[in-house]
Amino acid sequence: MEKELRLMKGNEAIAEAAIRAGTDAYFGYPITPQSEVLEYLTAEKPHERTGMVVLQAESEVAAINMVYGGAGCGKKVMTSSSSPGVSLKQEGISYIAGAELPCLIVNVVRGGPGLGTIQPAQSDYFQATKGGGHGDYRLIVLAPSSVQEMADFVELAFDLAFKYRNPAMILSDGAIGQMMEKVWLKPQKERKKELPAWATTGKTPDRERNIITSLDLDSYKQEQFNIKLQEKYREIQEKEVRFETFQCDDAEYLLVAYGTSARVSQKAIQLAREEGIKAGLLRPITLFPFPSTEISEMANRIKGILSVEMSAGQMVEDVRLSVNGRVPVEHFGRMGGIIPTPEEVVENLKTKIIGE
Amino acid sequence: MTEEIIIAGFGGQGVLSMGKIMAYSGIMQDMEVSWMPSYGPEMRGGTANVMVILSDERISSPILRSFDTAIILNQQSLDKFEQAVKPGGTLIYDGNGITRHPERTDIDIYRIDATEEATKMESSKTFNMIVLGGYLKIKSVLKMENVLTGLKKSLPERYHHLIPMNKKALSRGMEIIQKTMQENHS
Repeated sequence: MEKELRLMKGNEAIAEAAIRAGTDAYFGYPITPQSEVLEYLTAEKPHERTGMVVLQAESEVAAINMVYGGAGCGKKVMTSSSSPGVSLKQEGISYIAGAELPCLIVNVVRGGPGLGTIQPAQSDYFQATKGGGHGDYRLIVLAPSSVQEMADFVELAFDLAFKYRNPAMILSDGAIGQMMEKVWLKPQKERKKELPAWATTGKTPDRERNIITSLDLDSYKQEQFNIKLQEKYREIQEKEVRFETFQCDDAEYLLVAYGTSARVSQKAIQLAREEGIKAGLLRPITLFPFPSTEISEMANRIKGILSVEMSAGQMVEDVRLSVNGRVPVEHFGRMGGIIPTPEEVVENLKTKIIGE
Repeated sequence: MTEEIIIAGFGGQGVLSMGKIMAYSGIMQDMEVSWMPSYGPEMRGGTANVMVILSDERISSPILRSFDTAIILNQQSLDKFEQAVKPGGTLIYDGNGITRHPERTDIDIYRIDATEEATKMESSKTFNMIVLGGYLKIKSVLKMENVLTGLKKSLPERYHHLIPMNKKALSRGMEIIQKTMQENHS
C-alpha cells in the first residue's frame, strides 16, 4: 500500500495515524477541542480493520487507568483529552511513569485554568514537561506544529515510549486539532503480535513472575529506583532532542516557539525580514527533552531571544536556563484562547528585545 | 503565489464546507492548503468563519489578521472583516440583508446576490456554490476543473447526484457577480 494524501483535521489525523500505526487500544472521553479523535475512531470502526479496541470510558480517570492496564499487558495503548481532562488523568500518568510503562497521551490544549475556554492555548507546558502528577518523573513530550506532524508523531511517540518504557505525550493545541491541512498517511501497519518480556500476560512455568507496580515501601529500594529513572531521563535528554530551525544562519534575533506559536512566528519572521530585521526561529519539537544545548549555542551568536507562547510564559523559563543570562530573553504571549498575530510578535520583538 | 482568504457568514450558510471545497481544489492543483475554522461559542452564537490559505509554498501561520480576499455573507461579518482586507485586495459580499454596504475605496468590491439567486433556483443549499462561482470568476487561483474534482472529493458518494446542480450554481455565480461602483469614486 502506498502513502495516501488526505485533507484532514489535526484530531482526525491523530486518530487515523493511530489505526495505521497498529495501535491495540484507545480509551477516551469527549472534550472540546479534542472530541474528533474519539468521534473519528468510533465512526471508522478500526476493530473491523485491524482489531483495534476503541472505547469511550465513563470518565477521563477511567480512561487513563484502562491505559495503565493495557500498557501493563505490553499493548500499544493510548488516550486523548484536552486540558481539564488531562488534569484528571494526572494521577494515572504518575502511576504509569512510576511503573515504567509505555503509552501515548494526547493533550489538545485549551485555555485555563479550570474549565477556562475551549479555544487554543499552550498553558499546559509546565504540566506536560515538569510533572503534573506527583513524584520525580518525566514524560517524553512531542509538540506538533502541523496536521502532518499530528499524524507522524503518533508512531514516533509509541516508538520512543517502548524504547524507554516511558509514557509519551503529544502536546498539541485547539488550533492544530481543529484545522485542516494536507496530510500524507503511512500505509497500514499490522498490530504487533510479539509482546515485550516484561508484559503481564500470565506466568508460564519457564520464567519468573512479571510484576508491574509503582509501589515500593522500602525507601532504599525506592531511592535506587528513582536513581535509575533519572538515568533514563538523562539518556533521553542526550539522545532524543528534536528541533527545527528556520532562517537562523544570519539571524541576529531568535524567536523560540512550538506548535501553533511556531507557525505564527514563522510568518512574523517573514514580516520582520521585510523590515530589515534579521530574525530566525528555533522550534523545539521535543519539549522534554528540551533543546537546551542548541539554544545555548545559538545564544553565542545572537543579540536576544523572544520566547513566543500562548501562555503567561512557561517555556521561557527553560529558554532562560539554557541561555543562563548571556543574552536578554523575554516572553511574549496571549492567554485565554487568543492566538497572537504575526504583527504582534514583530511588535514585541521590537519593543522587548531590539529596544525600539 | 499565496492567496489568503476569509469566508464569514451565518452558521448554516455553508461557510465551512465552501472553504473545504476550496482547500480540496487547492490540493488538486498541487498547492499547500490550510483551513482554519472558528469553533465553539462563536459558531453556536450564529456566525461562522473560516480562514483558507492556498499557496505554492509551505504555509506559515494558518491564523491571520489581514487577507487577500474576504467573502462576506452577512452584515456582522462585513462589519468585522471589511477592514481586514489588504489594500488592493478583494471583497465579495452577498447583498441580502445588508444595510451598511462596504465603503473602502482601496480594494476591489464585488456584490453577488446569491441568496436571491438560490431562491430563484429553488435550491437554497447551492447558495455557497453560487458564491464560490463568483469567486472563481474574479480570482484565477483555482481552476474550475479542480473545483469540480474537489467537490466530488469532499462530498460523500451518496450526495454525488447533487453535483450537476452544484455545477449549475457555480456557473450561475460566475454570471451574476458584479463589481460595485465604490472604486469609481476614488
